[in-house]
Amino acid sequence: MTALLVALGAAVGAAVRFHVAARLDLTPDARLPWGTLTVNVIGSLLLGFFVAHAIDEQTYALLGTGFCGGLTTYSAFAVQTARLGPLTWRAASYAVLTLALGVAAAALGYAVGS
Amino acid sequence: MTPSPHLTLAVAAGGAVGALLRHGLEMWVPDGAGFPWTTLAINVVGAFLLALLPALARVRRSPAWTVALGPGVLGGFTTLSAASEQARALLADERLAAASAYALGTLVACLAAVLLAGLLSARVEQDVVARAGGDE
Repeated sequence: MTALLVALGAAVGAAVRFHVAARLDLTPDARLPWGTLTVNVIGSLLLGFFVAHAIDEQTYALLGTGFCGGLTTYSAFAVQTARLGPLTWRAASYAVLTLALGVAAAALGYAVGS
Repeated sequence: MTPSPHLTLAVAAGGAVGALLRHGLEMWVPDGAGFPWTTLAINVVGAFLLALLPALARVRRSPAWTVALGPGVLGGFTTLSAASEQARALLADERLAAASAYALGTLVACLAAVLLAGLLSARVEQDVVARAGGDE
């Protein structure tokens, strides 16, 4: 049952990420992959909230492990950072923005949820 | 650009598979309260495989398989939200060194994995061209 909820949540999360990334990552004037950055930060915010908020194991499997896990992606973040040029300011900005905003968003979500 | 329903379904199905793999590994080797080694390993392996995918995708030439495996399986397998939350929890426990080591360690290891995959892809490409007699 738990596995099914993880799969269901992740299917929806991954589909949402795919659409947001398709709209915002590849626009001609996009200097950074804003779509992936957005879903990663929002997913971190929601996960912080779910961890703090006392939700039962099944709901956490669906919304936390499933939806937030499927919505966010470290693999695309890493490949995009490398593609921006591993030792350029743009890549460094993207990496720092993603990681700093991710942790800040998780902290905010946690504070709101507890 | 709005992706087609066909590609969206491929990503959703792949995302479910990737998340199940992640969930299974987290059940098998839980991160616990210490350093989140399992999530770190998941993210490094996922980043490596995503960077390796173009070499495979060029062989397959199928957009549905490419998005099912990339944004789907590997996007669902890896997670930035868990990494953010784990770093937050380490900071909240006043384990500043562990939090920094985790955040920076994951980033550096993933970037190294991506660069390594790029080198391997280039070599695979050369072999394919060579076997086809394309380098003569």
